[in-house]
Amino acid sequence: MDKSINLKIDGVDVQIEAGKTILDAARAINVQIPTLCYHEDLCVAGNCRVCVVEVTGAKTLVASCAMPASDGMDIHTNSLKVRSARKNVIELLLSEHNADCTNCYKNKKCELQDLASEYKTSGEQLFIDLVHMKNYTVDAFSPSIIKDDSKCIRCQRCVRTCEELQHVSALGVAYKGDKMKISTFFENSMYDVVCTNCGQCINRCPTGALIERNYVDEVWDAILDDKKHVVVQTAPATRVALGEDLGVETGQIVTGKMVTALKRIGFDSVLDTDFSADLTIMEEGTELLTRLKKALVDKDPTVKLPMATSCSPGWIKFIEHTFPEYLDNLSTCKSPQQMFGALAKTYYAQKRNIDPASIVSVSIMPCTAKKFEADRPEMRSSGYKDVDYVLTTRELARMIKQGGLDFGALPETRYDSIMGESTGAAVIFGATGGVMEAALRTAYEIVTGREVPFENLNITPVRGMEGVREATIKIEGTVPEWNFLEGAELKTVTAHGLTNAKLVMEKVKTGEADYHFIEIMGCPGGCIGGGGQPIPTNMEIRKKRTEAIYREDAGKPIRKSHENPEVIAIYKEFLGEPLSHKSHELLHTHYKERQRY
Amino acid sequence: MTYNKLKRIDLIFHEDCECRKVLEKTFSKSNDEIINDILESGLKGRGGAGFPTGLKWKFTAEQPSDERFVICNADEGEPGTFKDREILFRVPSKVFSGMAVCAKVIGAKKGYIYLRGEYRFLLPELRKALDAFHRDIKDLIDFEILIQMGSGAYICGEESALFESMEGKRGEPRNKPPYPTVAGFKNKPTVINNVETLVYAFMICKHGPMRFKELGTSDSRGSKVFSVSGDTPIAGIYELELGMSLDNFVEEFGDGDTKAVQVGGAAGFCVPRKKFRETIIGFEGVPTGGSMKVFNSSRSMYNVLHNYLGFFEEESCGQCTPCRVGCQQLIKGVEAVKKGEKKAVYLDQLLKLSETMKLASKCGLGQSVANSFSSIVENFREEMIY
Ligand SMILES: Cc1cc2nc3c(=O)[nH]c(=O)nc-3n(C[C@H](O)[C@H](O)[C@H](O)COP(=O)(O)O)c2cc1C
Ligand code: SF4
Ligand code: SF4
Ligand code: SF4
Ligand code: SF4
Ligand code: FES
Repeated sequence: MDKSINLKIDGVDVQIEAGKTILDAARAINVQIPTLCYHEDLCVAGNCRVCVVEVTGAKTLVASCAMPASDGMDIHTNSLKVRSARKNVIELLLSEHNADCTNCYKNKKCELQDLASEYKTSGEQLFIDLVHMKNYTVDAFSPSIIKDDSKCIRCQRCVRTCEELQHVSALGVAYKGDKMKISTFFENSMYDVVCTNCGQCINRCPTGALIERNYVDEVWDAILDDKKHVVVQTAPATRVALGEDLGVETGQIVTGKMVTALKRIGFDSVLDTDFSADLTIMEEGTELLTRLKKALVDKDPTVKLPMATSCSPGWIKFIEHTFPEYLDNLSTCKSPQQMFGALAKTYYAQKRNIDPASIVSVSIMPCTAKKFEADRPEMRSSGYKDVDYVLTTRELARMIKQGGLDFGALPETRYDSIMGESTGAAVIFGATGGVMEAALRTAYEIVTGREVPFENLNITPVRGMEGVREATIKIEGTVPEWNFLEGAELKTVTAHGLTNAKLVMEKVKTGEADYHFIEIMGCPGGCIGGGGQPIPTNMEIRKKRTEAIYREDAGKPIRKSHENPEVIAIYKEFLGEPLSHKSHELLHTHYKERQRY
Repeated sequence: MTYNKLKRIDLIFHEDCECRKVLEKTFSKSNDEIINDILESGLKGRGGAGFPTGLKWKFTAEQPSDERFVICNADEGEPGTFKDREILFRVPSKVFSGMAVCAKVIGAKKGYIYLRGEYRFLLPELRKALDAFHRDIKDLIDFEILIQMGSGAYICGEESALFESMEGKRGEPRNKPPYPTVAGFKNKPTVINNVETLVYAFMICKHGPMRFKELGTSDSRGSKVFSVSGDTPIAGIYELELGMSLDNFVEEFGDGDTKAVQVGGAAGFCVPRKKFRETIIGFEGVPTGGSMKVFNSSRSMYNVLHNYLGFFEEESCGQCTPCRVGCQQLIKGVEAVKKGEKKAVYLDQLLKLSETMKLASKCGLGQSVANSFSSIVENFREEMIY
């Protein structure tokens, strides 16, 4: 039934497939219609009304984002009525809005401001200023997210994000009429509700109403304090997205420039979370094999399968709230960020002969949930706060600008050592399916003594943007120690975005699926689509970042975690072996049941 | 008192209902015949928008689906409207019967009455009547009616917000299309009709389309139940022929000093005395869901408008910009003009704003604020300023 529709927009004939909206049709011929509540990742709300257009013969204007294009429509996007309505709508939004742009974190990155700059010509406010009549509040309790109602235009993108993409519904609409606002369960702080700190709402908020709590000034202060030794780690997904905030084309790998920038800013040591990602594979891969052995050979009934990955702190908080009965199914491994943090103030401090008390450990993450994670009381195994400050990719871009660096022109440099070496297996942690693939590359080799039977080590069945991807790996030709696994089929599932996580967990709960290993990333696309990544985000952008991740993997000389020389060294010199006593002390953690609202 | 100019009708509240008999007779006809009768009668929806009822039923019946619903809209939230309450109180079985006819025509197995939260007191009697009705028609049709309570928001009377509310969600209007006939309650084809509409549909089945069609005018067939209130010695509920002039209405219901009539509630129009003669009550003139509010010269039209705007400011669902912020601006704006904080010409700015609200709001609520706003400001501008 692929019918096509013919219509006219501003006098130009357009043909478009049935089911598309007027907005789609306009975009197809490069007619720009302003939008605010519309977002490609979300269902259509049609509530801001800035996108209204005139359809000849219709009684009212129509919202172009919500109105299906139909045959013979004659549409005007700039008629007198449209212009007057659009201007009024923008003025109305501004009259309710605390337009304090120079103090706003979103200054120059704000869709409302963009519209105002295009449409405000008179220099004065058309309507009465309502801001001072409202009791707007700022919720700044969370270590991850700040919610400032005075900047909210009530487009409900955040509400739709949290409900549709994340199935968390921490945010909802409260009250009606002039009191209508975006709120949480009983108007508690975001910190006290089911919010997972994933930051997906931040990525889609058009204004400064939802932002990450930023630690840019604190980090500068530490850098400029001579008595502090500031180490920084950078997560896999930051290197394929940072450029977007600094004028580089989407999908470019900027690892070398990022390292140079961090050194120029003045970090004492620029290291890589990829190192601890490789370490995670050693620990988590061994943990999986041990669980399999206990379950299959020792028939130990206390062993929990399937085992689920634990590197995404948004996912962790989600399961703590929503499926607490499955906490024992989580791998006990800390996330790579926290493994790194614990080692920075122990192993690194020893090796470099630095007093751990003087170390400030900073991480650059694509993630806002990592800020919460770093604050968890469990994350102090070094005797100090293992990670002192977590900055998002966006915050780093800001620091680079503040540092006066011309990012595009920077030369490329390599990470410092120790804890700067990594493999292709680590970098793919940044994309959904990456942890699974990296773990399989190593675990398969431990069990069989041979590489995974996929061309160029690319385990394509676990890659892709499908929300839930099931894959079965047959284990053949095992070495003697693991021959109980001979012929076994390892059932895996990979999911990204918490809505998909919920689907997987429900299948586990009903017994519909009997997986062995589950990889879950809290954000759509995995960390490349993380809540701390450059804004905007959409499927196309996430795909480009993902492609860059796999290019980076393919270009690495070493592509299996267990071959990382620094990883081999740390086991020899410090940790002993995977799951050793010391590993448990520093690299593993436990979880906490949380309330469901 | 003489009621000579206005024709009183006694279709709705006539006690002798004989519902079972009428249903038997109606069900002996084909669905097409029933729809044709309703179409022929010219019945238009009594809930405000005035959509031809026969067409609504026909579209819903024709929409392919495994499930369809009929919903009786008894949210009755329009200020000054209280006729649905009276209908449900006095002749509930006619409402049920109207729903049953619709159910047969569209193939619905379930019907719902969405009852205004404040009408909870009707519930015990309504339940009793409903039980009796279910027993009475068991062998005639496989159809069950359930009552769902509203929770007190005006916007939940708007059909798509009503569906959302019934589905347990926040009562926010949806984008249209799709219309309820295609995707209504639970996204299934749904007929949603006002209480009164359903009773008239049933009356048309009982008496045949001509009895109804003979009444009223070519655009506004039949009669209608009016809720008359305000400065009138005889406030109450009246079933009258459509198409009367406001002049005649005021002659009968006014107190001799009528200055204006608000036709259609807060969402309707304010007609000043000088326009009584030319104003027809009906779809060709000023339509109304039933509310007729009479104001005499002791009333300040500023206060009247302020009251309506306060209502809208609070009852807007708040999701769309023109309505949520527009309502606040209109009320703050007239206050500012009254206090002299804004110049009188600011009223023109506000009139333009109300036009934007009419054109750009997402649903009928925001779209209709301009009705009372512009009709009061334009006709009583002086009262707005001094
Ligand atoms: C804000 C708003 C409130 C409404 N409230 C009611 C109501 O209380 N009762 C009603 O029957 N229709 C109400 N309507 C109209 C309904 O949306 C719908 O048009 C009507 O129920 C259809 O029935 P009808 O065709 O029988 O008139 C309201 C519409 C709007 C925009
Ligand atoms: S949210 Fe946008 S418009 Fe509002 S203060 Fe911030 S930058 Fe300015
Ligand atoms: S951070 Fe994530 S879980 Fe929390 S409100 Fe935003 S989208 Fe929902
Ligand atoms: S917080 Fe942001 S995304 Fe949410 S409604 Fe407000 S402006 Fe929109
Ligand atoms: S017009 Fe008013 S009631 Fe209707 S959707 Fe918009 S805000 Fe809600
Ligand atoms: S973008 Fe269409 S209504 Fe908001």
